[in-house]
Amino acid sequence: MSKLKIQNLTAGYGDFQALFGIDLELNAKETVAIIGSNGAGKSTFMRSIAGLLKNTPDAVQFKGENIGDLPANKVVEKGIALVPEGRRLFPSLSVEENLLMGAYSKRKGPWNLNRIYELFPILKEKRNNPGTALSGGQQQMVAIGRALMSNPELLLCDEISLGLAPTTVKDIYKAFPAIQEDGTTVLVVEQDINQAMAVSDRIYCFQEGRVSLEGKPGEVSKDDIKAAYFGM
Amino acid sequence: MNTQMKTEQFSVVRNTTTSRGAAVVTAMILIALISVPFWAGRADLRMIIEFAYYLSLAQMWNLLAGYAGLVSIGQQAFVGLGGYMLFVLAIYFNVPPIMAVFLSGLIVALFAIPTALTVFRLRGAYFAIGTWVVAEVYRLGFAQVTTLGGGSGQSLPASIVREIGSGRSEREMIIYFTALFIAVASIGLVYWLLRSKHGLSLTAIRDSEAASDSLGVDIFKTKLAVYVISAGITGVVGALIFLQKLRISPDAAFNLQDWTAAVIFIVVIGGIGTIEGPIIGTLIYFILRGVLADYGSVYMIVLGVVAVVMMLKAPQGVWGFLSKKYDLHLFPVHRRLKAKDELE
Repeated sequence: MSKLKIQNLTAGYGDFQALFGIDLELNAKETVAIIGSNGAGKSTFMRSIAGLLKNTPDAVQFKGENIGDLPANKVVEKGIALVPEGRRLFPSLSVEENLLMGAYSKRKGPWNLNRIYELFPILKEKRNNPGTALSGGQQQMVAIGRALMSNPELLLCDEISLGLAPTTVKDIYKAFPAIQEDGTTVLVVEQDINQAMAVSDRIYCFQEGRVSLEGKPGEVSKDDIKAAYFGM
Repeated sequence: MNTQMKTEQFSVVRNTTTSRGAAVVTAMILIALISVPFWAGRADLRMIIEFAYYLSLAQMWNLLAGYAGLVSIGQQAFVGLGGYMLFVLAIYFNVPPIMAVFLSGLIVALFAIPTALTVFRLRGAYFAIGTWVVAEVYRLGFAQVTTLGGGSGQSLPASIVREIGSGRSEREMIIYFTALFIAVASIGLVYWLLRSKHGLSLTAIRDSEAASDSLGVDIFKTKLAVYVISAGITGVVGALIFLQKLRISPDAAFNLQDWTAAVIFIVVIGGIGTIEGPIIGTLIYFILRGVLADYGSVYMIVLGVVAVVMMLKAPQGVWGFLSKKYDLHLFPVHRRLKAKDELE
Protein backbone atom coordinates (compact mmCIF):
# COMPACT_ATOMS: atom_id res chain seq x y z
CA MET A 1 0.00 0.00 0.00
CA SER A 2 1.31 3.44 -0.83
CA LYS A 3 2.24 5.78 1.99
CA LEU A 4 0.76 8.85 0.35
CA LYS A 5 -1.80 8.86 -2.40
CA ILE A 6 -2.89 12.06 -4.08
CA GLN A 7 -6.01 11.82 -6.22
CA ASN A 8 -7.33 14.54 -8.46
CA LEU A 9 -6.01 17.31 -6.22
CA THR A 10 -7.13 20.79 -7.19
CA ALA A 11 -6.12 23.84 -5.21
CA GLY A 12 -5.84 27.58 -5.53
CA TYR A 13 -6.14 30.93 -3.86
CA GLY A 14 -9.54 32.58 -4.22
CA ASP A 15 -10.38 32.79 -7.91
CA PHE A 16 -6.91 31.71 -8.94
CA GLN A 17 -6.55 27.98 -9.55
CA ALA A 18 -2.99 26.72 -9.11
CA LEU A 19 -3.41 22.94 -9.34
CA PHE A 20 -5.56 21.04 -11.85
CA GLY A 21 -6.22 17.44 -10.81
CA ILE A 22 -2.84 16.19 -9.60
CA ASP A 23 -2.38 12.42 -9.14
CA LEU A 24 0.72 11.23 -7.33
CA GLU A 25 1.81 8.28 -5.21
CA LEU A 26 4.59 7.80 -2.72
CA ASN A 27 5.66 4.42 -1.39
CA ALA A 28 7.01 3.92 2.09
CA LYS A 29 10.70 4.81 2.55
CA GLU A 30 10.82 6.35 -0.89
CA THR A 31 12.27 9.76 -1.72
CA VAL A 32 10.45 11.59 -4.46
CA ALA A 33 11.38 14.95 -5.94
CA ILE A 34 9.05 17.42 -7.60
CA ILE A 35 10.65 19.76 -10.08
CA GLY A 36 9.15 22.55 -12.10
CA SER A 37 9.56 26.20 -12.92
CA ASN A 38 8.30 29.11 -10.82
CA GLY A 39 4.51 29.15 -10.66
CA ALA A 40 4.15 25.48 -11.61
CA GLY A 41 2.20 24.85 -8.37
CA LYS A 42 4.86 22.95 -6.43
CA SER A 43 4.57 24.92 -3.18
CA THR A 44 0.77 24.97 -3.43
CA PHE A 45 0.94 21.18 -3.70
CA MET A 46 3.11 20.91 -0.58
CA ARG A 47 0.87 23.31 1.33
CA SER A 48 -2.17 21.24 0.36
CA ILE A 49 -0.64 18.03 1.72
CA ALA A 50 0.45 19.80 4.93
CA GLY A 51 -3.12 20.98 5.53
CA LEU A 52 -2.39 24.67 5.02
CA LEU A 53 -4.84 24.63 2.10
CA LYS A 54 -8.11 22.77 2.54
CA ASN A 55 -9.21 20.08 0.10
CA THR A 56 -11.75 17.35 -0.33
CA PRO A 57 -11.06 14.55 2.20
CA ASP A 58 -10.10 11.90 -0.35
CA ALA A 59 -7.78 14.14 -2.39
CA VAL A 60 -5.01 13.33 0.10
CA GLN A 61 -4.75 9.82 1.53
CA PHE A 62 -2.04 9.07 4.09
CA LYS A 63 -1.58 5.42 5.05
CA GLY A 64 -5.02 4.73 3.60
CA GLU A 65 -6.73 7.45 5.64
CA ASN A 66 -8.42 10.46 4.03
CA ILE A 67 -6.76 13.57 5.41
CA GLY A 68 -7.41 16.14 2.66
CA ASP A 69 -9.73 18.23 4.82
CA LEU A 70 -7.69 18.13 8.05
CA PRO A 71 -6.16 21.37 9.34
CA ALA A 72 -2.36 21.60 9.46
CA ASN A 73 -2.13 21.02 13.20
CA LYS A 74 -3.96 17.69 12.82
CA VAL A 75 -1.95 16.66 9.76
CA VAL A 76 1.29 16.91 11.73
CA GLU A 77 -0.19 14.62 14.39
CA LYS A 78 -0.76 12.02 11.66
CA GLY A 79 2.98 12.07 10.92
CA ILE A 80 3.52 14.58 8.13
CA ALA A 81 5.98 17.43 8.72
CA LEU A 82 6.64 20.38 6.44
CA VAL A 83 9.90 22.27 6.01
CA PRO A 84 8.27 25.38 4.60
CA GLU A 85 9.56 27.48 1.75
CA GLY A 86 11.48 30.43 3.16
CA ARG A 87 12.18 28.42 6.36
CA ARG A 88 9.82 30.48 8.54
CA LEU A 89 11.85 30.23 11.74
CA PHE A 90 10.51 31.92 14.84
CA PRO A 91 12.64 35.07 15.24
CA SER A 92 11.84 35.53 18.95
CA LEU A 93 12.98 32.02 19.79
CA SER A 94 16.48 30.62 20.07
CA VAL A 95 17.70 27.78 17.84
CA GLU A 96 16.99 25.42 20.70
CA GLU A 97 13.46 26.73 21.22
CA ASN A 98 12.76 26.55 17.51
CA LEU A 99 13.73 22.88 17.62
CA LEU A 100 11.65 22.28 20.76
CA MET A 101 8.64 23.76 18.97
CA GLY A 102 9.01 20.93 16.45
CA ALA A 103 8.28 18.45 19.23
CA TYR A 104 4.96 20.17 20.00
CA SER A 105 2.89 17.31 18.61
CA LYS A 106 4.63 14.87 21.03
CA ARG A 107 4.87 12.10 18.44
CA LYS A 108 7.14 9.27 19.52
CA GLY A 109 10.10 8.32 17.34
CA PRO A 110 13.85 8.32 16.88
CA TRP A 111 14.39 12.08 16.67
CA ASN A 112 15.32 14.19 19.66
CA LEU A 113 17.60 17.18 20.34
CA ASN A 114 20.75 15.08 20.56
CA ARG A 115 20.13 13.38 17.23
CA ILE A 116 19.44 16.71 15.56
CA TYR A 117 22.77 18.00 16.93
CA GLU A 118 24.50 14.89 15.62
CA LEU A 119 22.96 15.53 12.22
CA PHE A 120 23.82 19.24 12.20
CA PRO A 121 26.68 19.77 14.72
CA ILE A 122 26.86 23.51 14.02
CA LEU A 123 23.40 23.94 15.58
CA LYS A 124 24.77 22.67 18.89
CA GLU A 125 27.26 25.53 18.94
CA LYS A 126 24.61 28.06 18.01
CA ARG A 127 21.90 26.64 20.23
CA ASN A 128 21.39 29.81 22.30
CA ASN A 129 21.44 32.19 19.33
CA PRO A 130 18.23 33.59 17.92
CA GLY A 131 17.24 31.39 14.99
CA THR A 132 17.30 34.29 12.59
CA ALA A 133 20.85 35.37 13.55
CA LEU A 134 22.20 32.31 11.70
CA SER A 135 23.38 32.09 8.11
CA GLY A 136 20.84 31.00 5.49
CA GLY A 137 22.18 27.45 5.38
CA GLN A 138 22.16 27.11 9.16
CA GLN A 139 18.62 28.46 9.28
CA GLN A 140 17.62 25.79 6.79
CA MET A 141 19.19 23.18 9.06
CA VAL A 142 17.07 24.49 11.94
CA ALA A 143 13.96 24.31 9.75
CA ILE A 144 14.73 20.69 8.80
CA GLY A 145 15.65 19.82 12.39
CA ARG A 146 12.44 21.41 13.64
CA ALA A 147 10.36 19.34 11.23
CA LEU A 148 12.24 16.15 12.19
CA MET A 149 11.59 16.81 15.88
CA SER A 150 7.95 15.91 15.22
CA ASN A 151 9.15 12.41 14.24
CA PRO A 152 7.38 12.41 10.88
CA GLU A 153 6.77 9.39 8.72
CA LEU A 154 6.60 11.73 5.74
CA LEU A 155 8.89 14.75 5.49
CA LEU A 156 7.93 17.48 3.04
CA CYS A 157 10.83 19.76 2.03
CA ASP A 158 9.81 22.82 0.07
CA GLU A 159 12.64 24.46 -1.89
CA ILE A 160 15.31 23.91 0.75
CA SER A 161 18.10 25.05 -1.59
CA LEU A 162 16.46 28.34 -2.49
CA GLY A 163 18.82 31.29 -2.07
CA LEU A 164 21.69 29.19 -0.73
CA ALA A 165 25.23 28.79 -2.07
CA PRO A 166 25.81 25.47 -3.92
CA THR A 167 28.29 24.24 -1.27
CA THR A 168 25.78 24.97 1.47
CA VAL A 169 23.10 23.08 -0.45
CA LYS A 170 25.46 20.09 -0.65
CA ASP A 171 26.05 20.23 3.12
CA ILE A 172 22.32 20.19 3.75
CA TYR A 173 21.65 17.31 1.39
CA LYS A 174 24.44 15.34 3.10
CA ALA A 175 22.01 14.91 5.97
CA PHE A 176 19.47 13.14 3.78
CA PRO A 177 20.85 9.58 3.97
CA ALA A 178 20.58 9.71 7.78
CA ILE A 179 16.94 10.83 7.46
CA GLN A 180 16.16 8.16 4.88
CA GLU A 181 17.88 5.45 6.95
CA ASP A 182 15.20 5.80 9.60
CA GLY A 183 12.58 4.85 7.07
CA THR A 184 11.23 8.36 6.69
CA THR A 185 9.47 8.91 3.39
CA VAL A 186 10.63 12.16 1.82
CA LEU A 187 9.01 14.44 -0.70
CA VAL A 188 11.20 17.32 -1.88
CA VAL A 189 10.35 20.25 -4.09
CA GLU A 190 13.49 21.37 -5.86
CA GLN A 191 14.28 23.79 -8.66
CA ASP A 192 17.80 22.44 -8.96
CA ILE A 193 17.22 19.52 -11.32
CA ASN A 194 20.62 17.88 -10.76
CA GLN A 195 20.13 17.97 -7.00
CA ALA A 196 16.64 16.53 -7.38
CA MET A 197 17.92 13.68 -9.56
CA ALA A 198 20.77 12.90 -7.15
CA VAL A 199 18.64 12.64 -4.03
CA SER A 200 15.47 10.94 -5.25
CA ASP A 201 14.15 7.53 -6.27
CA ARG A 202 11.59 9.06 -8.59
CA ILE A 203 10.82 12.50 -9.93
CA TYR A 204 7.65 14.29 -10.95
CA CYS A 205 7.73 17.42 -13.06
CA PHE A 206 4.95 20.00 -12.65
CA GLN A 207 3.97 22.46 -15.31
CA GLU A 208 1.18 25.00 -14.92
CA GLY A 209 -0.51 23.03 -12.17
CA ARG A 210 -0.38 19.64 -13.89
CA VAL A 211 1.98 16.67 -13.81
CA SER A 212 3.96 16.86 -17.04
CA LEU A 213 6.42 14.03 -16.39
CA GLU A 214 6.97 11.13 -14.04
CA GLY A 215 9.90 8.74 -13.96
CA LYS A 216 13.07 7.43 -12.38
CA PRO A 217 16.14 9.69 -12.53
CA GLY A 218 18.12 7.19 -14.61
CA GLU A 219 15.29 6.61 -17.06
CA VAL A 220 14.23 10.10 -18.10
CA SER A 221 16.32 11.93 -20.65
CA LYS A 222 17.40 15.56 -20.52
CA ASP A 223 15.14 16.30 -23.46
CA ASP A 224 12.14 14.75 -21.67
CA ILE A 225 12.82 16.97 -18.68
CA LYS A 226 13.34 20.07 -20.82
CA ALA A 227 10.04 19.46 -22.55
CA ALA A 228 8.21 18.77 -19.30
CA TYR A 229 9.85 21.69 -17.47
CA PHE A 230 9.43 24.40 -20.04
CA GLY A 231 6.55 22.95 -22.09
CA MET A 232 8.70 22.97 -25.18
CA MET B 1 12.21 27.44 41.36
CA ASN B 2 14.71 25.95 38.99
CA THR B 3 13.08 24.37 35.98
CA GLN B 4 15.33 21.94 34.17
CA MET B 5 14.38 19.69 31.32
CA LYS B 6 16.84 16.85 31.11
CA THR B 7 18.00 15.46 27.82
CA GLU B 8 20.90 13.07 27.57
CA GLN B 9 23.73 15.58 27.40
CA PHE B 10 22.06 18.91 27.92
CA SER B 11 19.77 20.64 30.30
CA VAL B 12 17.41 23.44 29.44
CA VAL B 13 17.65 26.10 32.13
CA ARG B 14 15.87 29.39 32.35
CA ASN B 15 16.96 30.96 35.60
CA THR B 16 19.93 33.29 35.69
CA THR B 17 21.86 34.76 38.64
CA THR B 18 20.02 38.04 38.06
CA SER B 19 16.66 36.29 38.11
CA ARG B 20 17.47 34.56 41.40
CA GLY B 21 18.46 37.94 42.85
CA ALA B 22 15.25 39.41 41.45
CA ALA B 23 13.20 36.69 43.13
CA VAL B 24 14.70 37.63 46.51
CA VAL B 25 14.07 41.36 45.91
CA THR B 26 10.49 40.60 44.74
CA ALA B 27 9.84 38.63 47.93
CA MET B 28 11.18 41.54 50.03
CA ILE B 29 9.02 44.07 48.17
CA LEU B 30 6.02 41.81 48.67
CA ILE B 31 6.64 41.59 52.42
CA ALA B 32 6.99 45.38 52.54
CA LEU B 33 3.73 45.77 50.61
CA ILE B 34 1.92 43.43 52.99
CA SER B 35 2.98 45.64 55.90
CA VAL B 36 1.85 48.90 54.22
CA PRO B 37 -1.78 49.03 55.53
CA PHE B 38 -0.47 48.87 59.11
CA TRP B 39 1.56 52.07 58.91
CA ALA B 40 0.76 54.04 55.74
CA GLY B 41 -1.86 56.73 55.24
CA ARG B 42 -5.13 56.37 53.36
CA ALA B 43 -3.89 58.24 50.27
CA ASP B 44 -0.85 55.97 49.95
CA LEU B 45 -3.06 52.93 50.31
CA ARG B 46 -5.39 54.15 47.56
CA MET B 47 -2.46 54.87 45.27
CA ILE B 48 -1.03 51.38 45.73
CA ILE B 49 -4.48 49.87 45.08
CA GLU B 50 -4.69 51.85 41.85
CA PHE B 51 -1.12 50.85 40.99
CA ALA B 52 -2.04 47.20 41.55
CA TYR B 53 -5.04 47.26 39.27
CA TYR B 54 -3.25 49.13 36.50
CA LEU B 55 -0.39 46.65 36.78
CA SER B 56 -2.85 43.74 36.48
CA LEU B 57 -4.62 45.33 33.50
CA ALA B 58 -1.24 45.95 31.86
CA GLN B 59 -0.11 42.36 32.40
CA MET B 60 -3.32 41.12 30.78
CA TRP B 61 -3.10 43.48 27.81
CA ASN B 62 0.54 42.51 27.39
CA LEU B 63 -0.37 38.82 27.41
CA LEU B 64 -2.98 39.50 24.77
CA ALA B 65 -1.06 41.86 22.47
CA GLY B 66 2.57 41.19 23.36
CA TYR B 67 2.38 37.42 23.35
CA ALA B 68 -0.71 36.33 21.43
CA GLY B 69 -0.48 39.20 18.92
CA LEU B 70 -4.11 40.16 19.64
CA VAL B 71 -3.93 43.96 19.69
CA SER B 72 -7.22 44.81 21.36
CA ILE B 73 -8.33 48.37 22.03
CA GLY B 74 -11.54 47.16 23.60
CA GLN B 75 -10.42 45.77 26.96
CA GLN B 76 -12.63 48.40 28.64
CA ALA B 77 -15.48 46.05 27.62
CA PHE B 78 -14.30 43.55 30.22
CA VAL B 79 -13.44 46.13 32.88
CA GLY B 80 -16.97 47.50 32.52
CA LEU B 81 -18.59 44.07 32.41
CA GLY B 82 -16.66 43.06 35.54
CA GLY B 83 -17.83 46.21 37.32
CA TYR B 84 -21.46 45.69 36.36
CA MET B 85 -21.38 42.00 37.23
CA LEU B 86 -20.16 42.93 40.72
CA PHE B 87 -23.16 45.23 41.15
CA VAL B 88 -25.58 42.63 39.76
CA LEU B 89 -24.21 39.81 41.94
CA ALA B 90 -23.99 41.91 45.10
CA ILE B 91 -27.33 43.72 44.76
CA TYR B 92 -29.59 41.12 43.16
CA PHE B 93 -28.03 37.83 44.24
CA ASN B 94 -26.70 38.83 47.68
CA VAL B 95 -23.24 37.47 46.90
CA PRO B 96 -20.67 38.75 49.44
CA PRO B 97 -18.78 41.59 47.67
CA ILE B 98 -15.25 40.10 47.69
CA MET B 99 -16.58 36.77 46.44
CA ALA B 100 -18.57 38.69 43.82
CA VAL B 101 -15.33 40.29 42.57
CA PHE B 102 -13.91 36.90 41.64
CA LEU B 103 -17.21 35.48 40.46
CA SER B 104 -17.55 38.51 38.14
CA GLY B 105 -14.30 37.49 36.47
CA LEU B 106 -15.73 34.05 35.76
CA ILE B 107 -18.88 35.53 34.21
CA VAL B 108 -16.81 37.99 32.16
CA ALA B 109 -14.73 35.06 30.87
CA LEU B 110 -17.98 33.44 29.71
CA PHE B 111 -19.01 36.68 27.98
CA ALA B 112 -15.58 36.72 26.30
CA ILE B 113 -16.28 33.50 24.41
CA PRO B 114 -19.06 34.81 22.10
CA THR B 115 -17.17 38.14 21.92
CA ALA B 116 -14.09 36.28 20.70
CA LEU B 117 -16.07 34.31 18.14
CA THR B 118 -17.21 37.66 16.72
CA VAL B 119 -13.95 39.63 16.75
CA PHE B 120 -11.71 36.70 15.79
CA ARG B 121 -13.23 36.90 12.32
CA LEU B 122 -11.24 40.11 11.94
CA ARG B 123 -7.48 40.50 11.54
CA GLY B 124 -4.91 43.13 12.48
CA ALA B 125 -6.23 46.70 12.49
CA TYR B 126 -9.76 45.47 11.82
CA PHE B 127 -9.55 43.25 14.90
CA ALA B 128 -8.45 46.26 16.98
CA ILE B 129 -11.34 48.40 15.76
CA GLY B 130 -13.72 45.45 16.14
CA THR B 131 -12.86 45.07 19.83
CA TRP B 132 -13.49 48.79 20.33
CA VAL B 133 -16.86 48.53 18.61
CA VAL B 134 -17.83 45.58 20.82
CA ALA B 135 -16.90 47.62 23.93
CA GLU B 136 -19.11 50.47 22.68
CA VAL B 137 -21.96 48.02 22.13
CA TYR B 138 -21.62 46.86 25.74
CA ARG B 139 -21.53 50.51 26.95
CA LEU B 140 -24.65 51.46 25.00
CA GLY B 141 -26.33 48.21 26.02
CA PHE B 142 -25.80 48.78 29.76
CA ALA B 143 -26.97 52.39 29.39
CA GLN B 144 -30.37 50.95 28.40
CA VAL B 145 -30.73 48.76 31.50
CA THR B 146 -32.77 50.90 33.88
CA THR B 147 -32.52 48.43 36.77
CA LEU B 148 -28.77 49.10 36.73
CA GLY B 149 -29.24 52.86 36.71
CA GLY B 150 -29.37 53.33 32.93
CA GLY B 151 -27.11 56.04 31.50
CA SER B 152 -26.51 57.79 34.81
CA GLY B 153 -25.46 54.64 36.66
CA GLN B 154 -25.90 53.72 40.30
CA SER B 155 -24.15 53.48 43.65
CA LEU B 156 -23.51 50.41 45.72
CA PRO B 157 -26.10 50.41 48.54
CA ALA B 158 -24.71 51.20 52.00
CA SER B 159 -25.75 47.79 53.33
CA ILE B 160 -23.53 46.07 50.77
CA VAL B 161 -20.66 48.47 51.43
CA ARG B 162 -20.86 47.50 55.11
CA GLU B 163 -20.59 43.85 54.08
CA ILE B 164 -17.04 44.47 52.83
CA GLY B 165 -15.98 45.60 56.29
CA SER B 166 -17.55 47.43 59.19
CA GLY B 167 -15.34 50.53 59.20
CA ARG B 168 -13.83 52.54 56.39
CA SER B 169 -10.25 51.62 57.23
CA GLU B 170 -11.16 47.94 57.45
CA ARG B 171 -12.83 48.13 54.04
CA GLU B 172 -9.80 49.79 52.52
CA MET B 173 -7.50 47.21 54.03
CA ILE B 174 -9.58 44.35 52.59
CA ILE B 175 -9.66 45.99 49.15
CA TYR B 176 -5.92 46.65 49.42
CA PHE B 177 -5.09 43.01 50.07
CA THR B 178 -7.47 41.86 47.34
CA ALA B 179 -5.80 44.25 44.86
CA LEU B 180 -2.35 43.08 45.93
CA PHE B 181 -3.40 39.45 45.54
CA ILE B 182 -4.83 40.09 42.06
CA ALA B 183 -1.66 41.91 40.92
CA VAL B 184 0.65 39.17 42.21
CA ALA B 185 -1.62 36.48 40.77
CA SER B 186 -1.67 38.22 37.36
CA ILE B 187 2.12 38.33 37.20
CA GLY B 188 2.31 34.76 38.49
CA LEU B 189 -0.20 33.55 35.94
CA VAL B 190 1.59 35.17 32.99
CA TYR B 191 4.95 33.88 34.28
CA TRP B 192 3.61 30.34 34.68
CA LEU B 193 1.85 30.43 31.31
CA LEU B 194 4.92 31.62 29.45
CA ARG B 195 7.19 29.07 31.07
CA SER B 196 4.84 26.29 30.08
CA LYS B 197 4.72 24.61 26.69
CA HIS B 198 1.89 27.00 25.85
CA GLY B 199 4.21 29.97 26.33
CA LEU B 200 6.60 28.72 23.69
CA SER B 201 3.74 28.10 21.28
CA LEU B 202 2.29 31.57 22.01
CA THR B 203 5.57 33.20 21.05
CA ALA B 204 5.78 30.96 18.00
CA ILE B 205 2.26 31.97 16.90
CA ARG B 206 3.19 35.64 17.26
CA ASP B 207 6.24 35.06 15.06
CA SER B 208 4.62 32.93 12.35
CA GLU B 209 1.10 31.55 12.38
CA ALA B 210 1.64 29.31 9.35
CA ALA B 211 4.79 27.71 10.75
CA SER B 212 3.19 27.15 14.18
CA ASP B 213 0.12 25.66 12.55
CA SER B 214 2.16 23.16 10.58
CA LEU B 215 4.00 22.11 13.76
CA GLY B 216 0.76 21.08 15.43
CA VAL B 217 -0.25 24.23 17.32
CA ASP B 218 -4.00 24.82 17.31
CA ILE B 219 -3.86 28.56 16.74
CA PHE B 220 -7.54 29.28 17.20
CA LYS B 221 -7.79 27.40 20.50
CA THR B 222 -4.59 28.93 21.85
CA LYS B 223 -5.68 32.47 20.99
CA LEU B 224 -9.17 31.87 22.31
CA ALA B 225 -7.76 30.57 25.60
CA VAL B 226 -5.52 33.63 25.96
CA TYR B 227 -8.38 35.99 25.09
CA VAL B 228 -10.75 34.37 27.58
CA ILE B 229 -8.17 34.20 30.41
CA SER B 230 -7.17 37.80 29.80
CA ALA B 231 -10.82 38.92 29.73
CA GLY B 232 -11.59 36.99 32.93
CA ILE B 233 -8.75 38.58 34.91
CA THR B 234 -9.55 42.00 33.40
CA GLY B 235 -13.12 41.43 34.61
CA VAL B 236 -11.91 40.66 38.15
CA VAL B 237 -9.88 43.89 38.09
CA GLY B 238 -12.90 45.79 36.76
CA ALA B 239 -15.06 44.46 39.59
CA LEU B 240 -12.43 45.50 42.12
CA ILE B 241 -12.11 48.98 40.62
CA PHE B 242 -15.83 49.63 41.04
CA LEU B 243 -15.91 48.02 44.46
CA GLN B 244 -13.38 50.65 45.47
CA LYS B 245 -15.23 53.47 43.68
CA LEU B 246 -18.61 52.29 45.08
CA ARG B 247 -20.35 53.80 42.08
CA ILE B 248 -20.69 52.70 38.45
CA SER B 249 -21.96 54.28 35.23
CA PRO B 250 -21.61 53.14 31.62
CA ASP B 251 -19.27 56.01 30.75
CA ALA B 252 -16.95 55.30 33.66
CA ALA B 253 -17.13 51.52 33.32
CA PHE B 254 -16.48 51.30 29.57
CA ASN B 255 -14.00 54.17 29.40
CA LEU B 256 -11.51 53.74 26.57
CA GLN B 257 -9.04 56.30 27.88
CA ASP B 258 -8.87 55.02 31.46
CA TRP B 259 -8.93 51.28 30.94
CA THR B 260 -7.30 50.72 27.56
CA ALA B 261 -5.40 53.80 26.28
CA ALA B 262 -3.55 54.26 29.59
CA VAL B 263 -2.85 50.52 29.75
CA ILE B 264 -1.46 50.47 26.21
CA PHE B 265 0.75 53.45 27.15
CA ILE B 266 2.04 51.54 30.18
CA VAL B 267 2.86 48.38 28.20
CA VAL B 268 4.43 50.16 25.23
CA ILE B 269 6.57 52.46 27.40
CA GLY B 270 7.61 49.63 29.74
CA GLY B 271 8.30 47.06 27.05
CA ILE B 272 5.79 44.93 25.19
CA GLY B 273 6.24 41.17 25.18
CA THR B 274 8.02 41.05 28.54
CA ILE B 275 6.74 40.51 32.08
CA GLU B 276 9.03 43.22 33.45
CA GLY B 277 7.79 45.81 30.92
CA PRO B 278 4.31 46.39 32.40
CA ILE B 279 5.80 46.71 35.91
CA ILE B 280 8.24 49.40 34.78
CA GLY B 281 5.59 51.01 32.57
CA THR B 282 3.15 51.28 35.50
CA LEU B 283 5.89 52.89 37.61
CA ILE B 284 6.66 55.42 34.85
CA TYR B 285 2.97 56.16 34.33
CA PHE B 286 2.41 56.82 38.03
CA ILE B 287 5.54 58.95 38.34
CA LEU B 288 4.56 61.06 35.30
CA ARG B 289 1.03 61.38 36.58
CA GLY B 290 2.25 62.45 40.01
CA VAL B 291 4.72 64.99 38.66
CA LEU B 292 2.31 66.45 36.11
CA ALA B 293 -0.84 66.31 38.25
CA ASP B 294 -1.04 70.08 38.65
CA TYR B 295 -0.55 70.99 35.01
CA GLY B 296 -3.97 70.10 33.59
CA SER B 297 -4.03 69.29 29.90
CA VAL B 298 -0.22 69.56 29.67
CA TYR B 299 -0.24 66.17 31.40
CA MET B 300 -1.83 64.46 28.40
CA ILE B 301 0.45 66.29 25.96
CA VAL B 302 3.55 65.14 27.84
CA LEU B 303 2.28 61.56 27.96
CA GLY B 304 1.72 61.72 24.19
CA VAL B 305 5.19 63.13 23.55
CA VAL B 306 6.79 60.47 25.76
CA ALA B 307 4.93 57.76 23.87
CA VAL B 308 5.92 59.11 20.45
CA VAL B 309 9.58 59.60 21.41
CA MET B 310 9.75 56.10 22.89
CA MET B 311 8.28 54.55 19.77
CA LEU B 312 10.81 56.36 17.61
CA LYS B 313 13.89 55.89 19.77
CA ALA B 314 13.27 52.66 21.69
CA PRO B 315 10.27 50.82 20.26
CA GLN B 316 11.03 47.83 22.46
CA GLY B 317 10.28 49.99 25.57
CA VAL B 318 12.38 50.82 28.60
CA TRP B 319 12.72 47.23 29.73
CA GLY B 320 13.33 45.95 26.22
CA PHE B 321 16.16 48.47 25.88
CA LEU B 322 17.71 47.68 29.27
CA SER B 323 17.43 43.92 28.99
CA LYS B 324 19.04 43.95 25.57
CA LYS B 325 21.83 46.27 26.62
CA TYR B 326 22.68 44.52 29.88
CA ASP B 327 21.31 41.03 29.08
CA LEU B 328 18.96 41.22 32.09
CA HIS B 329 16.14 38.75 32.68
CA LEU B 330 14.30 39.21 35.95
CA PHE B 331 11.46 36.86 35.07
CA PRO B 332 13.18 34.56 32.58
CA VAL B 333 10.81 32.68 30.33
CA HIS B 334 13.33 31.90 27.59
CA ARG B 335 14.88 28.49 27.56
CA ARG B 336 18.67 28.49 27.53
CA LEU B 337 20.55 25.33 26.81
CA LYS B 338 23.57 24.42 28.86
CA ALA B 339 25.79 21.37 28.52
CA LYS B 340 25.87 19.33 31.75
CA ASP B 341 29.40 20.36 32.65
CA GLU B 342 28.41 24.02 32.37
CA LEU B 343 25.69 23.56 34.95
CA GLU B 344 26.26 24.79 38.47
